[in-house]
Amino acid sequence: MSKVIRLRKGLNIPLKGKAEKILVNQGLPDKFAVKPVDFPGIRPKMLIKPDDEVKAGTPLFFDKYNPGVMFASPVRGRVVAINRGERRRILEVVIKHGGSMEYEDFGKADPASLDRDAITGLLLKSGLWPLFRQRPYGIIPRPGETPRSIFISGFDTAPLAPDYDFVMQDSGNEFRKGIDVIKKLTDGKVYLNLNADYPPSDVFAGLNGVEVNYFSGPHPAGNVGVHIHHLEPVHKNGKVWYINPQDVLVLGRLFMNGIVDFSRIVALTGSEIVKPRYYRSMMGASVDILVRDNVSGGNNRYISGNVLTGSRIPSDGFIGFYDSQVTVIPEGDHYRFMGWAEPGLDRFSSSRTFFSWLMPGREYRHDTNYNGGERAYVMTGEYEKVLPMDIIPQQLVKAIMVEDIDKMENLGIYELVEEDLALCEYVCTSKIEVQTILRRGIELMVKETS
Amino acid sequence: MKLLRKQIDKLKPHFQKGGRFEMLHSTFDAFETFLFVPDKVTSKGAHIRDSIDMKRTMIIVVVAMLPTLLFGMWNVGYQHFIATGTEAGFWDEFLHGLIRVLPIVIVSYVSGLAVEFAFAQIRGHEVNEGFLVTGMLIPLIVPVDIPLWMVSVATVFAVIIGKEVFGGTGMNILNPALTARAFLFFAYPTYMSGDFVWISGLMKGEGIADGFSGATPLANATLGNAEAIPSSMAMFLGTIPGSIGETSTLAILIGALILWFTGVGSIKIIASVFAGGWVMGFILNLFAVNPFMEIPAWEQLIMGGFAFGAVYMATDPVTASQTEKGKYIYGFLVGFLAILIRVLNPAYPEGMMLAILFMNVFAPLIDHNVMQANIRRRLRRAAAADANK
Repeated sequence: MSKVIRLRKGLNIPLKGKAEKILVNQGLPDKFAVKPVDFPGIRPKMLIKPDDEVKAGTPLFFDKYNPGVMFASPVRGRVVAINRGERRRILEVVIKHGGSMEYEDFGKADPASLDRDAITGLLLKSGLWPLFRQRPYGIIPRPGETPRSIFISGFDTAPLAPDYDFVMQDSGNEFRKGIDVIKKLTDGKVYLNLNADYPPSDVFAGLNGVEVNYFSGPHPAGNVGVHIHHLEPVHKNGKVWYINPQDVLVLGRLFMNGIVDFSRIVALTGSEIVKPRYYRSMMGASVDILVRDNVSGGNNRYISGNVLTGSRIPSDGFIGFYDSQVTVIPEGDHYRFMGWAEPGLDRFSSSRTFFSWLMPGREYRHDTNYNGGERAYVMTGEYEKVLPMDIIPQQLVKAIMVEDIDKMENLGIYELVEEDLALCEYVCTSKIEVQTILRRGIELMVKETS
Repeated sequence: MKLLRKQIDKLKPHFQKGGRFEMLHSTFDAFETFLFVPDKVTSKGAHIRDSIDMKRTMIIVVVAMLPTLLFGMWNVGYQHFIATGTEAGFWDEFLHGLIRVLPIVIVSYVSGLAVEFAFAQIRGHEVNEGFLVTGMLIPLIVPVDIPLWMVSVATVFAVIIGKEVFGGTGMNILNPALTARAFLFFAYPTYMSGDFVWISGLMKGEGIADGFSGATPLANATLGNAEAIPSSMAMFLGTIPGSIGETSTLAILIGALILWFTGVGSIKIIASVFAGGWVMGFILNLFAVNPFMEIPAWEQLIMGGFAFGAVYMATDPVTASQTEKGKYIYGFLVGFLAILIRVLNPAYPEGMMLAILFMNVFAPLIDHNVMQANIRRRLRRAAAADANK
């Protein structure tokens, strides 16, 4: 039975620079990277060294805590650098693309005829296992575990997010094949959640053995965490998995063609992009060729992902493992005279403390300034307005601050990852780093409960 | 602006670590951020942040209080000239009020901010903006004839005992402005109640017209002088004796609209305080045995400091209930208790102050129960999700 769930809480931040629905085929850049920092909680152990030749699908490293979990190269080429950060933490494994594609052969297979172990083994070996993440915690699931159910969110409501109906329009076969794979991984349901405000695209229609539900409302109505909360809330031992729609295609291609093909359509967005459009690209691709000559001047922030949860990259940085969007916005490293007194016609706020409320429908060029100093909590009720879940966010954040494990557990830390509280962080008057605090809490939970 | 910015940048190194005036770092920071929003950019988490910050929020609250302040100034003059039986025009009345009220505002801000800056300096953190509001609230809830030194003592007491000992803005249990008023009420009762303090000049007995009484409507009600209670229109507009900012329900409602519309004040609290007050007033009407209990429930809401407390004091987000459901309970009980204390305890005709302070103390308990209910509800849902897997 399909449900339609209408959410009222949340916030759509009106930003300039939404991608026009034009698909550009620009070819691939010459550098790629896989970034271990995209996977919270893993400890990478290298399988290659600089100057090694790799193919698309060749494992680059594995997780020391779960040795079966491999992370694969997206292209054929040569490993040119293993970049490290503080305390020799590995940040990225950079591969120079060899020009033509060459794939490791994993053999075509029909998911319907394979058993769960065979499928799991193939996913682990080919480096596609990390496409799945589990709730609680938003980490890569452990190979031995079976999820209660698996969730796919068929739409993204984040600021300037890609429209999946457009992105997926020609990928029906791969998607159906990917769904066949996913169905094998759980004894429970496979949920596909779609936007209730639009008719579903053909790709998402007519799938067998999938429960389709509809959500409507402002961001974060498209977040998989919100869907899980309303359909099948998780707890300590009730784990579910989730996967991005474009990554379902990657699963489908593995079984249809026997290859690892991380191709993905990426939305290039943000107020500083001259022509925001959709590009055929790939996981780990350098954004260099996308943004070169396509960015307005000045000091800009490059983000792999959206402005709320994405990660900061240099102008020749790489698209993250789970990201289908690149955003470029202006940096805000300038002073503003008497900000507390200005009328603020050009400043967006979720409150109506600036006169910009006089102009609904306006889109803003939002920079990266904090717009104020960090303070102790004073305001209350702000977070509740942007979190469509039956969770008391501010008390949870306070519980994490004082590391009260019992309270964190009781107040719902299992149901949340950073993206679910990103809007809370955005609206916070006290400028509290909610996402960072939440991840610290999750890390503490993982440590204390495992 | 650029010139000013240049000067600040030139001075800045002296106040930073290793500079000559390092010990005045917080003070410098307070003035710098007052003039300029810092150039700090996001480094983790969300890349963009809402334009609102604590300064803007607090300024909005101060703006919301301006109608009561301006009306209060005029009313001080108006009451004064009635008491002395002199004819005076609008501007004379306003000017008289301005001269009487402004010193109280200045004393409150100067003494409070001095303590705030000192504490920020000692603790090595930023000066918090919370006192911008407290410093304006205190003048509005005292009688106009209060000696200035009392305002100063009460403000210092409130900032230290009401706020800083708990760790500063955001950590306090009691509303600091009400702490100041409670301090005055119990330490100097003769200056905080009676028939003389509410009207400028009456304490000194400057040429009072014959037969004039400066008693507030609440005092008259307590004494059973029902015929001396002004018309409800006068009480709504605020042309009555009382604390400087509390008399005009109309001005307070304008402030409430500003707080509600901007999203700075919680309408849940404001509405439920009025609801709670009305319910208690109605109950008292049903069992009325004296003239005070017979006052219509809605009229109780425009008397004394009830409306002022509901809009500006009970909504203090730090000391109120912090959960959304808790706000309804907290607000309702504030209103309910305020009218109960006011009518049934003749020693404290101003029940609002005590009701809010009392509920400030109980707000964490309300929040605890709301949280427990949330926890139980979510556990049930999670168990149900497991069951129909």
